[in-house]
Amino acid sequence: MANNIKIRAWMGDGGRATVKAILFHPMETGLRKDKATGKVIEAHYITEVKCEHNGKNVLTCLWGPGVSKNPFLSFRFKDAKAGDTLKISWVDNKGGTASNSAKIS
Amino acid sequence: MTNSRRTFLKASMATGSIAVAIGAGLLTPGSVLAAWPKNAFDAKKMDEALKVLNGMSNTEDSNKITVEAPDIAENGAVVSVTVKTSIPNAENITLLVPENASPLAASYILSKQADGFITGRIKMRKTSDVIAVVKAGGKLMSAKKPVKVTLGGCGG
Repeated sequence: MANNIKIRAWMGDGGRATVKAILFHPMETGLRKDKATGKVIEAHYITEVKCEHNGKNVLTCLWGPGVSKNPFLSFRFKDAKAGDTLKISWVDNKGGTASNSAKIS
Repeated sequence: MTNSRRTFLKASMATGSIAVAIGAGLLTPGSVLAAWPKNAFDAKKMDEALKVLNGMSNTEDSNKITVEAPDIAENGAVVSVTVKTSIPNAENITLLVPENASPLAASYILSKQADGFITGRIKMRKTSDVIAVVKAGGKLMSAKKPVKVTLGGCGG
């Protein structure tokens, strides 16, 4: 499942790291209909994303179906240095999970 | 008996016991995790969503929050939004779209380490304000940015 999240993290000024990530997920709202069958496509979306820096939580995202498909996430945090590990993991409304980590460059 | 126990143990090791518990319908995701606030995401009004998330819904306009989003979004399914805030000790940043069926799009819980800076992409059903609400020091502060949507992005 490692390919479900792409992470880039690098050091900026003042010991601050910038993170950019794409989480591959359909993010179905449950409102869309399949054009061929006319059936409603079941809701399937990420509910929670955890971002950890060296095992310590830096950011938790609570998401609903209003977040776009293949969600993009960018944030910044302090007290980081090159070589540190940044881990991102998510859980979706059907109990699916994925996680991936990257080294801060 | 022994066999089914084996299978169960193997399955829990493979997928994690939490996922198994959810799969078996024993627990809802909300009760397992730091409580994903289903009521807030289901809310049809902004105030309700904010109340569930933050315990209050009164917001003050703040010039310490910037919401960056396109003036015109051609595709409402992907609207890039950046929120920056210089408010110290911000606890969370919440993104709301009042014209969506469920206004609450996302809420970001910031640790002390995190900066008041978030970029994400959200869906917009039609032309609306994008509202960012920041909780800090027991107060809610907000800023907004109107976005004109030419093609809705919530289906239906």
